[in-house]
Amino acid sequence: MDVIGLIRAAREKRDFSGLLGLIPYAGFIGMDCLHLGRELVFVLPANEGNVGNPTLPALHGGVIGGFMENAAILHCLGHLEVAALPKVVDFSLDYLRPGRFQETYAACEVVRQGKKVANVSVTAWQTTRTEPIANARTHLLLQEPD
Amino acid sequence: MADPGDLQKQMEFMTGALEHCVRLGLRVLDARQGWLRMELPYSQEIVGNPATGVIHGGPLTTLMDTACGFAAFAAMSKPGLAPTLDLRIDYMGAAQPGLAVIGEGEAYRITRNVIFCRGLAYHESQKDKPIAHCTATFMRLEPAAAGG
Repeated sequence: MDVIGLIRAAREKRDFSGLLGLIPYAGFIGMDCLHLGRELVFVLPANEGNVGNPTLPALHGGVIGGFMENAAILHCLGHLEVAALPKVVDFSLDYLRPGRFQETYAACEVVRQGKKVANVSVTAWQTTRTEPIANARTHLLLQEPD
Repeated sequence: MADPGDLQKQMEFMTGALEHCVRLGLRVLDARQGWLRMELPYSQEIVGNPATGVIHGGPLTTLMDTACGFAAFAAMSKPGLAPTLDLRIDYMGAAQPGLAVIGEGEAYRITRNVIFCRGLAYHESQKDKPIAHCTATFMRLEPAAAGG
């Protein structure tokens, strides 16, 4: 599979649907990606299959985590020179507000990129970015181009 | 807390009420006070890397969050709520394609307001080669917790 080709095409066309389509789990939760200028904003539409608490109702905390983790992976593919899908070494998530059953967004920042590892910070929000529902940071193992 | 059989039935009922857990096919294997073991079946839908067939970290996060959250619930003396404060997962090895993943959650310390949990994900009979380790902290929102 030509992952590098897909990454290059996604960057050139500013369209990540090909890359998202590559990752079955992204389709499973219904994740999408918006290219806003130089920024990538990831979108998780309200999808009944992602509900964890039916009484509130709220999204499953694990889905919020998986969405943010995948956002970090795709953000690296979009912004760093990598040859393959980065591997997640660890993932630490603070839940700040209930993840209500509505559209959710996530944006990432590469805090530090070393030779092998990138430290990425992820914020997820629903109503406004200044009121995040969760913050995460993750270390990704990068596979550099030869 | 009720006897282990009742607790397991309660946990099975709770799993069935959570839409996302049903979609993932999560199943309770064993439950006792403050401890739980679940199974996440393998499926093509939750693959993270199609080149290898290895599942994504997302369903593992859900497995760990659910196992630890239910362990926290099962640690409370009265039924209450245990929302997740935070969760950290260390990925120690890729899950093998085609195999189910076992997720164990344990509430190892319960204080007046907070329940501390840890969890482990592994393949059956390969507990010595864990896929992921998790620590998670939950609020203890128990009706009578403030008094006791």
